Amino acid sequence: MATRRVTVSVNGSRREAEVEPRLLLVHFLREHLGLTGTHVGCDTSNCSACGVLMDGKVVKSCTVLAVQADGRDILTVEGLAKGGKPHPIQKAFIEKHGIQCGFCTPGMLMSAYALLSENRHPTEEEIRRGISGNVCRCTGYAKIVESVQRAALSRTW
Amino acid sequence: MEHCALLLPPSFDYAAPQTLPEALGLLEKGGEGAKVIAGGQSLIPLLKLRLASPTILVDINRIGGLDYIRESGGFLRVGALTRMAEVEASGLLKRKYPIIHDASTVIGDPLVRNLGTVGGNISHGDPANDLPAVMLALGAEFVAMGPSGQRNVRAEEFFQDTFAVALEHNEILTEILVPVPPSRSGGSYLKFEQKVADFATAGVAVQLTLNSKDECENVGIGLTAVGPTAIKARKAEESMKGRKPTDTEAISDLARLAAEASDPASDIRGTAEYKRRLVGMLATRALKTAYGRARRGGAK
Repeated sequence: MATRRVTVSVNGSRREAEVEPRLLLVHFLREHLGLTGTHVGCDTSNCSACGVLMDGKVVKSCTVLAVQADGRDILTVEGLAKGGKPHPIQKAFIEKHGIQCGFCTPGMLMSAYALLSENRHPTEEEIRRGISGNVCRCTGYAKIVESVQRAALSRTW
Repeated sequence: MEHCALLLPPSFDYAAPQTLPEALGLLEKGGEGAKVIAGGQSLIPLLKLRLASPTILVDINRIGGLDYIRESGGFLRVGALTRMAEVEASGLLKRKYPIIHDASTVIGDPLVRNLGTVGGNISHGDPANDLPAVMLALGAEFVAMGPSGQRNVRAEEFFQDTFAVALEHNEILTEILVPVPPSRSGGSYLKFEQKVADFATAGVAVQLTLNSKDECENVGIGLTAVGPTAIKARKAEESMKGRKPTDTEAISDLARLAAEASDPASDIRGTAEYKRRLVGMLATRALKTAYGRARRGGAK
């Protein structure tokens, strides 16, 4: 099949590539751009470990075609830290031990980022709803919820 | 590419038209192998599992003017490209069409709702999708645009079989029309799912309008995931007419008739018998909520 040229803004940089229409956004990020922070957890659109922001909304990058991201803004977990300093959400996950094996963490961070971008003071229930699409098989979510609560207290953003 | 362990879609051609006529032309030219992609939240998983293998995907996401939620001419009009997250956030729907709001909070998960569309949820034809039952309960109509113009299809004629709806291969669903409910109307959609983003074990949609004596003047009931398509439970609807939603005999008739209208299959989510009982129970609870909302004038 004919390839397509796509231009995507990824973490603020303009990236261009020739891709097959069937290429999934997650593989574009991981293999074409080397951004392996975005994980493939289930491959069946269930787990959201591959969560990234597309035009400000968190989406499953395994359930979007790379060609569909043409002209869009993508933010991946690599785009959270600034100047070598972890983002307040990342710091909060470290401080509150919101990580065990770490596999789901990139997706959790992106869902938390999307939630807190729209709602800086979520209730516990709103946090639980906000991350309800993200599966963690280690912890049982309590520490993750606490991490997001801690992040919400951060004054710098 | 070396991903033998990963699920990859088969090869297909791709076009992202900017206008509806352009999209319709591509569908016409592509024939039976052409497939519309909107939110892609059902289609892309199917492609990965190779349960669908279109020759060309016509991506309608770049067509303007197909995402809106408004009332005009006696109808609620929802553009087919409206994302479920926008439905969930709509004050109008929460206030006046709570049955649609209910469904919008339980479809997929937040990430799915950011992309998944109203039109896709309806036209995919999956009996486990939530909006079909809601549309049956509301007596909705769908606008299909094709090469020779537009036609309207009633919800009850739309869902033909599993993954089969009354759209030709060269037609696109563009708008959902719901008659504006009279005052003293209310609805509720209840879905039983084992975990977030799972398919429904069963779901029941109830929409009703009360007369001045608190009797049901009109009742619409739709069932999710308990048959080859979403089901309109006609006998259960009829049984409620002229009766009060608080009448215990009426409630037990409703539960029995809704369960009888269902045709579930036994699977990992439960036996057919269990699902039929679930339908009766959900119908009873949805009726109660719909009644409370109708008494408050339709608002939450």
